Amino acid sequence: MATMQTRIVLDKQDLNRTLTRIAHEISERSRGMEHLVLIGIRRRGVAIAQRLSQKLHDITGVPVPVGALDITLYRDDLSEIDAQPVLKKTEIPFSVKGKRIILCDDVLYTGRTIRAALDGIIDLGRPMSIQLAVLIDRGHRELPIQANYVGKAISTTSDEQIEVFLEEDDHIDQVLVKKAA
Amino acid sequence: MELRNKDLLAIRDLSPEEILLILDTAESMKEISTRDIKKVPTLRGKTVINLFYEPSTRTRTSFEIAGKRLSADVINISSATSSTTKGETLKDTGRNLQAMNPDLIVIRHAAAGAPKILADALPVPVINAGDGAHEHPTQALLDAFTIREKKKTLAGITVAIIGDITHSRVARSNIALLQKMGAEVRLSGPYTMVPPYIEALGVSFIPDIGEAIRDADVIMMLRIQLERQQHGLFPTVREYARFFGLNRERLQRAKPDVLIMHPGPLNRGVEISPDVADGPYSIILDQVTNGVAVRMALLYLLIGK
Repeated sequence: MATMQTRIVLDKQDLNRTLTRIAHEISERSRGMEHLVLIGIRRRGVAIAQRLSQKLHDITGVPVPVGALDITLYRDDLSEIDAQPVLKKTEIPFSVKGKRIILCDDVLYTGRTIRAALDGIIDLGRPMSIQLAVLIDRGHRELPIQANYVGKAISTTSDEQIEVFLEEDDHIDQVLVKKAA
Repeated sequence: MELRNKDLLAIRDLSPEEILLILDTAESMKEISTRDIKKVPTLRGKTVINLFYEPSTRTRTSFEIAGKRLSADVINISSATSSTTKGETLKDTGRNLQAMNPDLIVIRHAAAGAPKILADALPVPVINAGDGAHEHPTQALLDAFTIREKKKTLAGITVAIIGDITHSRVARSNIALLQKMGAEVRLSGPYTMVPPYIEALGVSFIPDIGEAIRDADVIMMLRIQLERQQHGLFPTVREYARFFGLNRERLQRAKPDVLIMHPGPLNRGVEISPDVADGPYSIILDQVTNGVAVRMALLYLLIGK
């Protein structure tokens, strides 16, 4: 078996600083928090959305609602992947109609997840706008999609893996790049 | 985690883990039916055939809606308007349907085992929507979903199934499922409608309905199948209602948080009185709502990839 070379890209402090910066950028560019909502893509996008919401509340004093979106039913690769993904709940406790949505995810790669998420949100109603915030942008897009807010852009090769760990899901905060040695 | 078999023919074939997977998936599906746009693209381009050799409102509509909410194309065939009336055999009908490349066939048939014959003869996945007095697995799954939704668990729950046990595929599937999930099942009904040696299934038989419903968490009333009543199993409908019908007076012996279920269609005033069927303990229409979510889950799990 090939051994893996592992490198830490973000540790706990980096991750926290990065999300704080994104929250500041969102509040700066949003000019008022009216109609602003965060929707996290399951699974780790949800924790990211929750943290951004908390930080936005700290910065602006305004609570920002958070929803969770499961994109399984909108995937374009269901017939190609070996293991059928387990369906999780979409829980969006507000109407998306007329909202300024910031979609949150951990890693932006091919862009296909975001395509599925856009379809999923638009099936729920017509938002005023949708923006995208990601913790890591690793390049290699297969669709014309880009993020409005990027925590860290990393140039990667396709044989590398990005692994995001968040305390809410994984009991530790860090981002790793792994590569077969 | 995936389902192991290509078909869903009987609860007997499912493991507790598979049952949980179906119920959990259904829980996520349920939200879709509450949206303004009740449709997701998951089964776009898939064809589901509803092949119904027996009358049905709920089950057939439920499968049709489930398929359509997942964007599948759903075709309905009822025996009255099919070539069955010209003498075509089940296998031949199946082979002809297979030749048109469907992705799944849902079958209801008066003969026990008919879905298995079809499933063995064809490569396409088959769901049993009720076969004779054998099984009705999707009904048991939606019943379990509804109980779990209200009681948060199935383990340790006591369920009283009351009525014509002998003719009931709903009872058979429910007994199998509830036992797999750790619930306790007791049966009640006229001696003429309960098979001998039923205790061999691990259930208790309590002839007195009042005793059977005491301390039960769930009371599941079965429909008196008037269409299968040619043999004089009970003297009159009125007598049945008096001794085995669920009415308000009888219900006073039940738990204060009891749930009352019925697979439909109701014989109002026979096995269940109207005020009980429409009363505060009744979750009969929740069962129908949840049936769509459970069938969406099954379609996704069987042909979603």
